[in-house]
Amino acid sequence: MARHRFKPWLMLSPTLVAYLFLLTIPVAFVAVYSFWLGSATRLATRQWTLQNWSSLLADPFYWAILGQTARIALLATLGCVILGYPVAYFLARSRIRNKSFLVLLLLLPFWISYIIRTLSWINILGTDGLVNSLLGGMGLLHAPLQLLYNEVAVIMGLMQYLLPFMILNIYVVLDGLDRNIEASAASLGAPPFRVFLEVTLPLSAPGLAAGALLCFVLGSGTYVTPMILGGPGNAMFAQLIYNTIIVQLDWPMGAAMSMLLLALLTGLVLVYNRFVGLGQVYKSLAV
Amino acid sequence: MPGNNVRWNMIRFSTVLVYLFLFLPIVAVILLSFNPRQFGGFPIEGVSLRWYAELFHNGTIRRAAHTSLVLGAQTAVIASVLGVLASMALMRFRFRGRNFIGSMLIMPILVPEVVLGVALLLFLRWLSMPRSYPLLLMGHVLITLPFVILVVQARLAGMRTDYEEAARSLGANSIQAFFSITLPLMLPAVLAGMVFAFTISFDDITATLFWKSAGTETIPTEIFAMLRNSISPQINALGTLMIVLTVSLPLLAGVIARGFARGKTQKRVV
Repeated sequence: MARHRFKPWLMLSPTLVAYLFLLTIPVAFVAVYSFWLGSATRLATRQWTLQNWSSLLADPFYWAILGQTARIALLATLGCVILGYPVAYFLARSRIRNKSFLVLLLLLPFWISYIIRTLSWINILGTDGLVNSLLGGMGLLHAPLQLLYNEVAVIMGLMQYLLPFMILNIYVVLDGLDRNIEASAASLGAPPFRVFLEVTLPLSAPGLAAGALLCFVLGSGTYVTPMILGGPGNAMFAQLIYNTIIVQLDWPMGAAMSMLLLALLTGLVLVYNRFVGLGQVYKSLAV
Repeated sequence: MPGNNVRWNMIRFSTVLVYLFLFLPIVAVILLSFNPRQFGGFPIEGVSLRWYAELFHNGTIRRAAHTSLVLGAQTAVIASVLGVLASMALMRFRFRGRNFIGSMLIMPILVPEVVLGVALLLFLRWLSMPRSYPLLLMGHVLITLPFVILVVQARLAGMRTDYEEAARSLGANSIQAFFSITLPLMLPAVLAGMVFAFTISFDDITATLFWKSAGTETIPTEIFAMLRNSISPQINALGTLMIVLTVSLPLLAGVIARGFARGKTQKRVV
């Protein structure tokens, strides 16, 4: 590898410039905007005020939505852990011949449009959906079940989106484990379940943690899933931001809300990086 | 562990269930797209291309498709050029701050799209610039760049530098070495990055909703608008088409890349 002074920076410069003008400066801008005053006639007056932040942080409504967002994201993440771990374990330990096909199949949803995957639940849970059609056809229903537009639907939609991330993260770690460790634990007399609990599970923790972080962060910021599958009571924070900026045109307030979401999630990522490290997350995304 | 029958069968069973969970809704979309029933949904009443025909005559959707395809292609090209340059810089050189820059470049993945959308929009407004197509394009490049860099970087990491060094020792300068050795070897990764960028751009909705100008719709934003009004069965047909497109693209790219690489390496066998 060559050691040059300018060349790498020259090659990096278009990307760095793009990031500077499309990411860094705009985000810094949002921070500045949050301290301006929203007005009824213009989008903002350049008056410095703490009003947006004080109403945001003091109003229990916003904290309630934030809490709801965190709860939904957390439930979806937990669901992904519970459903995803056995799949990752199967993929890593199975000796069937078509394993790479199964892994490829797992990557397939990544290629299918997010909005299509989300709205596909309407075909399953809706009044004309698969569930109602099956149960109704069997004569078990007086009226169609209202399965959509509630928190469970949102969580299921989120899980369908997030599961591949979780499974991949765990699989990548499990696949790389030295089988001899488990074999030697078994040879020392541990029953299979204890081998799993005390050897495999702790060793796969980095993958679990990476998957959980990714799922939680992606789940917290989602806009489309609660919009399509959720009801009015299932609002998540991203919807609130969209509403404040695009519908209410209260840009400073929306800016403050965006900064709050960003700060909270960034804080989480930083804490995670401090204790666990982000390397594992990057590895799984490169698959 | 395979062999321990009860436990392993349970694991195998739950794997099947999870795969069903992931794919059943998608299969339902494809099945229902051929269902001629007036209001869509179950039960299946037959097989018909009715909704595809209506889709074809839907001018709004055709315009949105055009926008999405052009936007995706342009994003793919720009993001690939920038991403390949950046990945090469990160993987082939040692310089101070390399690791830091490397992590920073991938960081936007963890930023919620809502925030990205708001940020660029507000910045534009402060510059008194209206929303426009170039803005949408640049925004899409920003969103796809981290993924392109990730993919290309990972492939580059696995590539041996022997061929490049051999070429250099035979007198090629770095540009000649790049175009005749490195680029062909990297082509699968570059193609992967391009397809990735196209798919992400084609599929993007949240940020696009913030950035698109009044008359512009992409396929996802159009679907979203259709959903707000009523569940038209055309959506299932459109969804099926999108599934076919976004699934066949990487397959096609993989075939092309493998064929290309095979041709090149056969020529280079000494």
